[in-house]
Amino acid sequence: MSEVFGVPLQALLGQLMLGLVNGSFYAMLSLGLAVIFGMLNIINFAHGALYMMGAFIAWMSLEYLGIGYWWSLLLAPVLVGMLGILIERSMLQWLYKLDHLYGLLLTFGLALIIEGLFRDLFGVSGLPYTIPEELAGAFNLGFMFLPKYRAWIVLSSLTVCLLTWFMIEKTRLGAYLRAATENPRLTQAFGINVPLMVMLTYGFGVALAGFAGVLAAPALQVSPLMGSNLIIVVFAVVVIGGMGSILGSILTGLGLGVIEGLTKVFYPEASATVVFFVMVLVLLLRPAGLFGREK
Amino acid sequence: MRRKILSTMIQSALLSLTLAGGPALAQSGKLSGDMVKIGVMNDMSGLYADIGGPGSVEAAKMAVADFGGKIFGKPIEVVAADHQNKPDVGASKAREWFDAQGVDMIVDVPTSSVGIAVAKVANEKKRAYFNTGSASKALTNEECNPYTVHYAYDTYALANGTGKAIVETGGKSWFFLTADYAFGHALEQDTAAVVKAAGGQVLGAVRHPLNASDFSSFLLQAQASKAQIIGLANAGGDTINSVKAANEFGLTKNQTLAGLLIFISDIHSLGLKTAQGMLLTDAWYWDMNDETRKFGRRFFEKMKRMPSFDQAAVYSSVLTYLKAVKAAGTDDADAVMAQLKKAKINDVFAKNGYIRQDGRMVHDMYLMQVKSPEESKYPWDYFKLKKVIPAEQAFQPLSLSKCPLIKK
Amino acid sequence: MSRQTLGYGLLLLLGLVAPALAYPILVMKVLCFALFACAFNLLTGFTGLLSFGHAAFLGTAGYVAGHAIKIWQFPPEWGLLLGTLAAAALGWLFGVLAIRRAGIYFAMITLALAQMMYFIFIQAPFTGAEDGLQGVPRGRLFGVLDLADDINLYYVVLAIFTLAFWLIHRTIHSPFGQVLKAIRENEARAISLGYDVAKYKLLAFVLSAALAGLAGATKMLVFRFATLTDAHWHTSGEVVLMTLLGGMGTVLGPMAGAAIIVTLQDQLADKVGSLVTVIMGLIFVVCVLVFRRGIVGEIGALYRKMAGTR
Repeated sequence: MSEVFGVPLQALLGQLMLGLVNGSFYAMLSLGLAVIFGMLNIINFAHGALYMMGAFIAWMSLEYLGIGYWWSLLLAPVLVGMLGILIERSMLQWLYKLDHLYGLLLTFGLALIIEGLFRDLFGVSGLPYTIPEELAGAFNLGFMFLPKYRAWIVLSSLTVCLLTWFMIEKTRLGAYLRAATENPRLTQAFGINVPLMVMLTYGFGVALAGFAGVLAAPALQVSPLMGSNLIIVVFAVVVIGGMGSILGSILTGLGLGVIEGLTKVFYPEASATVVFFVMVLVLLLRPAGLFGREK
Repeated sequence: MRRKILSTMIQSALLSLTLAGGPALAQSGKLSGDMVKIGVMNDMSGLYADIGGPGSVEAAKMAVADFGGKIFGKPIEVVAADHQNKPDVGASKAREWFDAQGVDMIVDVPTSSVGIAVAKVANEKKRAYFNTGSASKALTNEECNPYTVHYAYDTYALANGTGKAIVETGGKSWFFLTADYAFGHALEQDTAAVVKAAGGQVLGAVRHPLNASDFSSFLLQAQASKAQIIGLANAGGDTINSVKAANEFGLTKNQTLAGLLIFISDIHSLGLKTAQGMLLTDAWYWDMNDETRKFGRRFFEKMKRMPSFDQAAVYSSVLTYLKAVKAAGTDDADAVMAQLKKAKINDVFAKNGYIRQDGRMVHDMYLMQVKSPEESKYPWDYFKLKKVIPAEQAFQPLSLSKCPLIKK
Repeated sequence: MSRQTLGYGLLLLLGLVAPALAYPILVMKVLCFALFACAFNLLTGFTGLLSFGHAAFLGTAGYVAGHAIKIWQFPPEWGLLLGTLAAAALGWLFGVLAIRRAGIYFAMITLALAQMMYFIFIQAPFTGAEDGLQGVPRGRLFGVLDLADDINLYYVVLAIFTLAFWLIHRTIHSPFGQVLKAIRENEARAISLGYDVAKYKLLAFVLSAALAGLAGATKMLVFRFATLTDAHWHTSGEVVLMTLLGGMGTVLGPMAGAAIIVTLQDQLADKVGSLVTVIMGLIFVVCVLVFRRGIVGEIGALYRKMAGTR
């Protein structure tokens, strides 16, 4: 059997595959952040909490309403998106004229509220959510035993990411969106309802987080803390990618998932830290991030 | 608050006067503040809230009620605080309790950092402290003191119970999945030593960061090791996620998981389908005999969940403490601690338990196996008893203790 | 000016009698967090750089000071000094990396760097990982004053706080402080005036980190331990909240904010349990939406308005 630095090639391929799975979550979450940031100039600290909410909606609708996984996959993003719109209308819209930092602080407060409420209601030990029957079992890829559900995570999140990219870069709606990002006042003058676009963008961005939450529910534990554990890593991903482009944030997310996966083989203790090391490195060489534009 | 400090100071001065005067009469005991105050301190809302939390407060109140509600005709009060897993919150609350509010004894205190911080305060203020919630064996080793009792379990007992019993039943080769912090390392080292001593071998270990979100990659490495037993040297959410991923990746087909620290609440949140077949060491289980079942059901009435061993240990600690106060005829900590180290503990939690000089409460531990969904007949019917680990073998022998109180 | 002096005098008087009015340990905790918030405010309120990683300095200084006192058996004053210096050095490192970006990116970079420090503290052998570095003796200050006594220690902490506060006050009103404010108001103009903005920012960062470190080392001495909690990002969030609530960019605001939050946490914890987080979140949201100047800022604005209409 061939080996790379003392690690069997098979094991390495397996870890690469798993890195891709985690990268899918990073990609979806950083994509949501990038879309929101592009339009609202706000770093949405509540993103992790809303991702957690997505998972909880899936759990609750199964537990209380008997709604299964597939409907949750649709329901959770819609509900989270609607909550997002509510947040945007009731709070965020008053902050656009101020320093962008206030948006960060506000959403940080929201994250605390949401997380605290769920902790109060459901405790912290986490709740079980089983993998839907259609996706139980695993593929034998020869080099590894890949659970079908993990494959589904990669497939579905990549599809969603690419659809988002297509919508923003190739459709008329996307063109309006890009115009409104570049110059809101001028776009408004052309008769496009910019506040509406902003509202929908925020709703869509957090809906992505809700979708990721449902995807995560069967694979990870449904727990009130799942969001805050992840959000800081996603922030680092965002700094590395630079949020200059939609495709950039997708690629950065996937790439870092893979780097993290490899670290788990060669130096597992550092696997939670490696993303931050990459961040420092990127900052030293390219302060604007890999795909970012210097303002 | 200043006035309160003054009054407690005067009272304790008076108390020491009376004590100097002659031994107090047991019938009309001497109590500081004319009452006994018990402080339950734990994590009410965070990671460990389901293991102790409000349930421990309820358990303490049950103990007070079972004791009769009064001592020497004086009231017994239970107060509670949330240390939020922050050592500074825990330590300052403990100081305030001892200094200003006349608390006589603190119980529970999960999270090693807070547990040790409160032990330091108890030693400084000379008050009784029963730790049931923390796993760190430092409490009865480097950090031991005359006022601290480590009541329920520690990493040594967990490692010893699970490690030895599994090797004896044929699980010779081990691989560890270890949380990369002091608790995980201690658990791994202790277990590895036990495994080797019993004739097993350790094939390797992988260290994962605390609160890792995804365990699949670590489990793949465990799978590749081809070890019979995968020892999970982690806790809480990390254990739950490892077990989930182990099932998903089909690891449980050829290998057996051994949880080194698993609470009944973890099994409850995993579900039996995922957790079935796992081996674990438990300090107490509600469904062992009529006495434990009775206690479990009473607790369930109030809390809507069965007690964890921590909550049962809180109940037992409070009862044991009150009995010792009664026997000593005073709530003066030195007298009570001397009494505690003489008495045998016999209640729903422990049979013939006793407190050693290093503060370790020694009692039987239990090797449990998680039932399959078919075997489980009613809610919370989760474990079957595989083996009783006798008290003498369950805990670290005094000869190995690093506690300075032990004279060798 | 005389009115201002009078105000500070009254505050100092309050500080002197505080241990008779409230539990001394709690007051010391308030003072430590007040200093921490003032240090943070120097960077965020006066220079306009929002750091979300200040917990790293609080934690680092606590560990270094604790290690020096407990293991190397340094006297407490040397422990405090070493802790402060360590935080300053770390501040320089963070600063060099973080000031390459501004605004939101700056916040995220500081957060990520602090998170990295947190992982290092879990790994490093001298921190005792999650058990913490426990049982650090308070020792004798300059070999004379026994700090094991809470009241003695209280006045030492008060003295440290007063000195540090005076230093911050002087900095804000010095020419250096004026340049910092100019950077906050209009960075481009400050550059065009010929100021080396990066250098000023870095210096402000190091100063802020050092003072945060002093707060951390002092806190370690009060509680006799240093643990991971101080280095956790929740602590970074808390200091932002304290400053925001009290009034960002005001001299007294952070103090007021720290006093309120620490007391709230102490008093509420037993009553509402996990809802503490929710309450903290609500304060955040309310502050940002309607109360952006914070308590001290609003009072100041009200005062000026009244004085103006009269």
